[in-house]
Amino acid sequence: MTTRRNNSGPTDGQLLGMYERMLLIRRIEERLRDDSATGKLPGAVHLYIGQEACGVGVCAHLEETDWVTSTHRGHGHFLAKGGEPKAMMAEIWAKRTGVCKGMGGSMHVADLSKGILGANGIVGGGLAIAAGAAFAAKLDGNGRIAVCFFGDGASNQGVFMETMNVATLWRLPLIFMCENNQFSEFTPSKEVTAGEIADRARAFMPATVVDGNDVIAVWRAAADAVDRARSGEGPTFIEAKTYRIRGHIEAEPMMLGGGKYRDDVEIQEWTKKCPIARLRAHLLETRTAPAAALDDIEASIHGIVTDAAAYAEAGEPADPELGFDLMFAGARA
Amino acid sequence: MATQVLMPALSPTMTEGKIAKWLKKEGDPVKSGDVIAEIETDKATMEFEAIDDGKMGRILVPEGTENVAVNEPIAEILGDDEVAGATPASKREAIVKPEEARPSAAPPIAPPASSAAPKPLAAPAPQESEWTGATASLTVREALRDAMAEEMRRDENVFLMGEEVAEYQGAYKVSQGLLEEFGARRVVDTPISEHAFTGLGIGAAFAGLRPIVEFMTWNFAMQAMDQLINSAAKTRYMSGGQMHCPIVFRGPNGAAARVAAQHSQDYSSWYAHVPGLKVIAPYSAADHKGLLKSAIRDPNPVIFLENELVYGATFPVPLTDDYIVPIGKARIARAGDAVTIVSFSRLVQVALDAAAKLAEEGISAEVIDLRTLRPLDAETIVASVRKTNRIVTVEEGWAYAGIGSEIAAIMMEQAFDYLDAPPARVAAKDVPLPYAANLERLALPQTDDVIAAAKAALYR
Repeated sequence: MTTRRNNSGPTDGQLLGMYERMLLIRRIEERLRDDSATGKLPGAVHLYIGQEACGVGVCAHLEETDWVTSTHRGHGHFLAKGGEPKAMMAEIWAKRTGVCKGMGGSMHVADLSKGILGANGIVGGGLAIAAGAAFAAKLDGNGRIAVCFFGDGASNQGVFMETMNVATLWRLPLIFMCENNQFSEFTPSKEVTAGEIADRARAFMPATVVDGNDVIAVWRAAADAVDRARSGEGPTFIEAKTYRIRGHIEAEPMMLGGGKYRDDVEIQEWTKKCPIARLRAHLLETRTAPAAALDDIEASIHGIVTDAAAYAEAGEPADPELGFDLMFAGARA
Repeated sequence: MATQVLMPALSPTMTEGKIAKWLKKEGDPVKSGDVIAEIETDKATMEFEAIDDGKMGRILVPEGTENVAVNEPIAEILGDDEVAGATPASKREAIVKPEEARPSAAPPIAPPASSAAPKPLAAPAPQESEWTGATASLTVREALRDAMAEEMRRDENVFLMGEEVAEYQGAYKVSQGLLEEFGARRVVDTPISEHAFTGLGIGAAFAGLRPIVEFMTWNFAMQAMDQLINSAAKTRYMSGGQMHCPIVFRGPNGAAARVAAQHSQDYSSWYAHVPGLKVIAPYSAADHKGLLKSAIRDPNPVIFLENELVYGATFPVPLTDDYIVPIGKARIARAGDAVTIVSFSRLVQVALDAAAKLAEEGISAEVIDLRTLRPLDAETIVASVRKTNRIVTVEEGWAYAGIGSEIAAIMMEQAFDYLDAPPARVAAKDVPLPYAANLERLALPQTDDVIAAAKAALYR
């Protein structure tokens, strides 16, 4: 996919592709939410519901050979970058059929063949790794670029500044994609974050703030950033303002024990700004696609999600034989 | 044993200077911290301090001499009861902390066994490799540089990154000549951002390169601990074997001299604790070279622990660009049959010194140089203990949860029936390393501590 500076926006085909991908992420996350609520799904999941436009608007510009690093809330980035729903679902279910053979789980979904260097359980953990992938791309001169997805919480880690500094000094083909979902776990970000995050980045590189619930706005910002990275102009920072509809973690109500850190009204207001509903309205309004076509997409995604969940559930548990053998490449050490 | 004092580099660009004045005469007693000479460059005059106690030996370059090349021997420092010129000087460099521009003379570490005079009762140490060809006399510093240069020539994916590694040629001058040969693309100066450049190296390794990341000292790597443990050590495992992290982290570990607790810690047991890492801590120059080459070729993350006080020590190194020492193999540094002394890194020399003195008393100690801490060559240790029935571990780190503790546990599990005495641990005192020279010496394992532990194990 090629991009141009001052782009005129995504094509109809690209819009439909992004709609489909956002919807896939939403339905997968909803399924995980439901299976978690009923106690069927083992392990902790952090869901991406409400933030789909951020991952999809950026990844729409990326080739399979480009690199991304992600966060503990990483299912959306995995799917946006082209990861397989079945393989991801089975991974989250800790099955040997999972993309990481059940050894990583929700917070570590990775697919090297798709350039997905992994979700990461450490807040800010992926920033420098993405810079390293960008460094390798630059050294090889292979034209690849890297994107680090991170949140407002990671922007308070020291490595954020360290990585922006080296990326700018070395003109790395890197995009800093900050999804400001307004919460650092259970703490509203404004209570723990001084100033504007984008202003921190402006000390180093071009930085732009976009509506993270508007996939077209994200797509446009990413187009410029990708263009800069591919043409050797160095890194770009994007802050997408969005909102985390679900809690930090699906076990949250139990953890909070009835406590609250935000208003239900606030959640309802942001639910009305749903990026998928907005794109659907746009597609219908501009007659890009008839409702029936969008319903067909919905139906096909329903099938994909159902299949993925069944595949995950049916898989064999993680393989004890691999428990030791995976540790080192080459001979067992 | 006489220690040669070499012309120090007082600045990144200094290649030669003038001995403006000798402040000590031959035969004068020298105390740690005494200014022994004034060195002049076109930019400044600097005082040059002794780092340990002793006596001035021969002055090799008279005062007033100009254009003295950096690293040229300029004087000797003798132990208290030595006579100038009586023993061949071991070539050892002055310790120069570049950031301080207050270089000082090297502590009187005894020379490597290979160049030491024959000692009574010392059985010949088995040679590690089958190398029978020519050797060159190289410092550990040169051996490390050669290993990196050879591997960078061999594989264009190998590159070096770290603070001061390029223009300044390494804070301890380990990367001399690499920038010139390989260019700024592959020899990369970083900002003082350990977390970022460690993560960056790991990301580059995931993406297919083979980085060598130098930490100016391992003390500073604590800034990057998250990346070392959470990313380097665990990612292959958590990705189900899809992702690889072929990377070497290297730099000086442990105490240097008079730099206080924050610059003096031995991290051996920290890294050896972590599954997913390989941990190497060599002593001789040949092992530094052969093991660093193995580490660079290894498809896994390797922690390579060097020691500032050993960088200037000289050893014979096989004359070949393909000298490889396998990871995970210990070396019998000195054969013996009465007690096993196990050590690694700089303290191998202390163990060898102790063994030499024990031999004078008729006690035959076997010294094992572990070289690799993980995977540990338990087989070699067990085989030795089956023979000697006694074991003393010697390390610079603290005893608590240390390498010696692990070895003691392995002895319980694998050699219990062969032990005639409890395993003994010689380690640093359980305090942050003191700054004061007298306390520093008390806190670190000395030859006499090893001798006492060995005798205790022999109930003597």
